[in-house]
Amino acid sequence: MNVLAIAWKSIRERALVSSLTMLSVALGVALMVTVLVINGIVTQVFNQSSSAYDLVVGAKGSGLQLVLNTIFYMDKPIENVPYKFYLQLTKLRAVEHAIPVALGDSTADGKYRIVGTTAEYFDVEYIPGNARTPGKRFQYASGGGFTKAFEAVLGAKVAKTYGWKLGDTFKIAHGGNTEDIHADIFTVTGVLAPTGTPADRAVFVHLDGFFQMSGHAKPLAEAEEKSRQAAGEAQDLTKPTAAIKVAEQPSPKPGELSDDEKEVTAILVRIKPGSALAGPMLRGKINDGLTAQAVNPFEQINWLMKNLVGNVRVALLVLTAFILLVSGVGIFVSIYNSLAERRREIAVLRALGASRRTIFSIILGEATLLCLLGGLFGLLLGHALVFIAAPIVEARSDMLVNPFAFEPAELLLLPGLLVIALLVGWGAGTAAYRTDVAKGLQS
Amino acid sequence: MSLLLQNVLKTHRQPDGAVLSILDIERYALAEGEQVALVGPSGGGKTTLLNVISGITLPDSGSVTLRGTEITRLSEGRRDRFRAQKIGFVFQTFNLLSAFTALENVLLGMSFSGRKADRPRAKQLLEQVGLGHRLDHKPTRLSVGEQQRVAIARALANRPSLLLADEPTANVDPANQQSVLDLIRTACREGNVSLLIVTHAMEVANQFDRVDRLPEFNRANRQPVNTAVSSAAQTTGGAA
Repeated sequence: MNVLAIAWKSIRERALVSSLTMLSVALGVALMVTVLVINGIVTQVFNQSSSAYDLVVGAKGSGLQLVLNTIFYMDKPIENVPYKFYLQLTKLRAVEHAIPVALGDSTADGKYRIVGTTAEYFDVEYIPGNARTPGKRFQYASGGGFTKAFEAVLGAKVAKTYGWKLGDTFKIAHGGNTEDIHADIFTVTGVLAPTGTPADRAVFVHLDGFFQMSGHAKPLAEAEEKSRQAAGEAQDLTKPTAAIKVAEQPSPKPGELSDDEKEVTAILVRIKPGSALAGPMLRGKINDGLTAQAVNPFEQINWLMKNLVGNVRVALLVLTAFILLVSGVGIFVSIYNSLAERRREIAVLRALGASRRTIFSIILGEATLLCLLGGLFGLLLGHALVFIAAPIVEARSDMLVNPFAFEPAELLLLPGLLVIALLVGWGAGTAAYRTDVAKGLQS
Repeated sequence: MSLLLQNVLKTHRQPDGAVLSILDIERYALAEGEQVALVGPSGGGKTTLLNVISGITLPDSGSVTLRGTEITRLSEGRRDRFRAQKIGFVFQTFNLLSAFTALENVLLGMSFSGRKADRPRAKQLLEQVGLGHRLDHKPTRLSVGEQQRVAIARALANRPSLLLADEPTANVDPANQQSVLDLIRTACREGNVSLLIVTHAMEVANQFDRVDRLPEFNRANRQPVNTAVSSAAQTTGGAA
């Protein structure tokens, strides 16, 4: 009968206490796994979504606010930039995509954001690929993209919430004010497949439709002035790279706004592959001007993750690590207390010829088994929690949660537990090691 | 000569600092296969003597030799191994481990000898003590008599040279006392195992050809606490 078999017998003999100590370890580990996995998912969603674009260009103000608002549909829009500024960006040689985004309105009940944009929005990978994994592109669960002004494409979550299908119509609340509903009616032409990104909870409308809704035009005099300034700046941007001509502006059709009257909240920019330096250069030039700011969304989110979310994560991990330590102390107390009852048992083992080292190993084995079994149960429990929580988190946050998500950091848990087990086992084992056999046999 | 103690001195320091002499034995010997009853007053050092013989406790001075091996010169680890291989123990309170079945308790006795546990032998021993039908019973589901039989099987598991039995019948019901004693004696005789049995019971001691009375060969200057059995000691043949 080997040491582990004897240790396991001893654990089973004290089934209730052993189960409770294992449970305490399991709960600590489960908590840690949940924190790690959920944090991993959140970080991934933020990082992936923010890396879809090289630059976000918008009104001057907080860069983080611009990114949160434009990509994640959180926070409020800062201000708008002239449409002509967008037009200029589209002309730059290094720019692969410049996608205008007009924000501010919401669905009639104020629940979801309206995003005025162009069809180009759906042509860009929402999660860029890399050497190992291909990028992810928008797929339509039904229908297709919009082609006319008052057409709309729904994010998966929006379609699910309202039960809207192709051909259904809806109205929009101006500025998110549910008392102020635009008269214009939009028709659903497509529903996006779930992406696990903020796009799931957005309603995309044709930018022209967005502009044509009442109250979305800038007063002409102000717009012209701002537009002129912006166009001048935008032209400056082009000078070092390629001289471009500002597009001749065709006269607007009746009922349509002139480009001077149009504004966009932000412009999502993808730089052409192979023009790595163009992004920072463009950003620098835009930021030097008075009209707009350009930020790298990944940098902004990375900053947020590192300085805010990262600290929360560290705090949570430290907390759960303490819980594990407390569980370790629990195991120590449990084994140490049992030693008092087991003095005779240990003495009998010694009388049968078990060496001190064997006794030490049995106790160490007990601590290790308790810790590792508790840890394994905790891993299962943690993943079961994630599995159960996945649909709930998805429903509440729109993040696609992989119920089988696994964080590499979890691999550190078992060695970590082993260290705790060794420390605990060492302490209790030393006490057992010192048991006086002659006294123990008389006890 | 199977067991030989020479000039064994064992003292104990009391809480007040005074040193109490427990064992002072010039010579004590057991022949191979010999069966001896050891009697003496309570607190007279019988258990200490068993602990010294088995190497659980080291004497302050002197030597203990079993079948040519001087136990007192071995390191603790080797003493443990030697004990596992050569010495069987039967306790008054059986000392079976409650987490283990009868068979596992016997296997446990084999675990520390450095040899592979011999399951067929463990079963055979339990059958020999009449417990072939109780192999998978835990101690709590065995009668006291049955528990002591398991303990005897465990003590014999490693084919020891010496069996030390500390009042093995004291906690067994009267109906089973004789059968337990017979079992121990028969098994020792069959295996040519030397037997040293500590007892207070005269009906037990009287069955042995050789009965040693500890105070007669232990020169430790101690106050006898209980003289109830002093009249029982009939012979002291082994004490030098």
